Amino acid sequence: MRHLLSIADLNKSEAISILDTATELARVSDGAVKKLPTLRGRTIVNLFAEDSTRTRISFEAAAKRLSADVINFSAKGSSVSKGESLKDTAMTLQAMGADAVVIRHSASGAAQRLADSQWMSGSVINAGDGTHEHPSQALLDAFTIRKHLGMGASDLAGLNVAIVGDILHSRVARSNVLLLVMLGAKVTLVAPPTLLPVGIQNWPATVSYDFDSEIPHVDVVMMLRVQQERMSDLFFPNAREYSRYFGLNGERMASMKSGAIVMHPGPMNRGLEISAEVADSARSVITEQVTNGVSVRMAILYVLLAGGALEVGSN
Amino acid sequence: MSVALSAQDITRALTRISHEILEKNQGSANIVLLGIPTRGAHLATRISSIIASIEGSEVPTGTLDITLFRDDLRMRPPRAIMPTKIPTSGIEGKDVILVDDVLFSGRTIRAALDALGEIGRPRAVQLAALVDRGHRELPIKADFIGKNLPTSKSQSVRVLLSEIDGRDEVTIEEGAEL
Repeated sequence: MRHLLSIADLNKSEAISILDTATELARVSDGAVKKLPTLRGRTIVNLFAEDSTRTRISFEAAAKRLSADVINFSAKGSSVSKGESLKDTAMTLQAMGADAVVIRHSASGAAQRLADSQWMSGSVINAGDGTHEHPSQALLDAFTIRKHLGMGASDLAGLNVAIVGDILHSRVARSNVLLLVMLGAKVTLVAPPTLLPVGIQNWPATVSYDFDSEIPHVDVVMMLRVQQERMSDLFFPNAREYSRYFGLNGERMASMKSGAIVMHPGPMNRGLEISAEVADSARSVITEQVTNGVSVRMAILYVLLAGGALEVGSN
Repeated sequence: MSVALSAQDITRALTRISHEILEKNQGSANIVLLGIPTRGAHLATRISSIIASIEGSEVPTGTLDITLFRDDLRMRPPRAIMPTKIPTSGIEGKDVILVDDVLFSGRTIRAALDALGEIGRPRAVQLAALVDRGHRELPIKADFIGKNLPTSKSQSVRVLLSEIDGRDEVTIEEGAEL
């Protein structure tokens, strides 16, 4: 495996091996010394052409715990804001000897473009491209679910997951549907019809417009952020109506199964898709998702960068 | 392929190593056994139970994965990371005995010493290996050896253990390992 662009590129055993690697690496994060020499001398560039807090910091922490050198590069305050193209940026990074580029971009397919081009020779890790995919988020979500509800199994067979909210604009939903279904979970998408993408019937998930009827049956409720910055049209009448039908509040949470968990990829719109009461409740694993994100991203960097598969023949 | 150690030879070697460990450390009071996965971990468990049957008391036993500390990671495809389980008593001030199946270049043990350093500061570190096949690339030597096997670099030594391979045997094969 050289790049991580999409969950669709992974098979089940590769996905499970990333989760297992993350489990072992999580012990490192628990230890007194949070540092391993594994990627010493490697350079990882965080190329973020779109705003991000947790993903960028998470990749940075992951790279640093594995002793890689990290260069942060955000569109604001760089030549990208002067109109430099992705190609020129990539060639600059290549000239600086980047072993891997973690890219976040507002255009769907930007990571794929970077990987397919001959602009640079390093690994490309997709940290979110437009409304397409966000594979590392899906892996950390699967990791978190497995840790809480997996009961020692390596996959997620038999679990019911509801992904609720703005499916249309959500790369997190797209990656999660692919990964969770691959790992054996049953996924239900809950959203108003206006926030479902065209072709939703071809996704390996069921669709529901009624949150209240789904909530008692699921083991995991994954709330999505209403992505107002991507909304050029009116998708629902007003925030209060959205919140009433598709928001997770204390009352809805009370009808959840015992042991069921609430997730959110962040950042949250408190009071819109999730109430503060739910976000801070015992069922919420939202901050734990952030912690697990570092371990999972360490595993991704380890799998992509630690081995030198290309050098085997020459040895 | 030739058989270097039979199942019985392995049992005898492990029994002797167990006695030597007790002799050198004057009992089992301060020792911790750490096996290097995969096969070293099983050998550590076996040595631990032999010591327990001699001394009548349990010896803290765990595993120490050294993958993340290897210096040859870039020469091979990525390896799976195996579990590291340190006994609850810890290794601080203990006499840690590392257990591995084959001692070859010594690089695994170098990595193990680095890995130990991340966990704590043992009073002393000793090394037990079922087979020492020579060809050291680092100044490392074992304290307890099951059998010295003179080999050429073009050969490979395979250790089979009943826990994973269904039978106990050590063989020498032609053809270097990857």
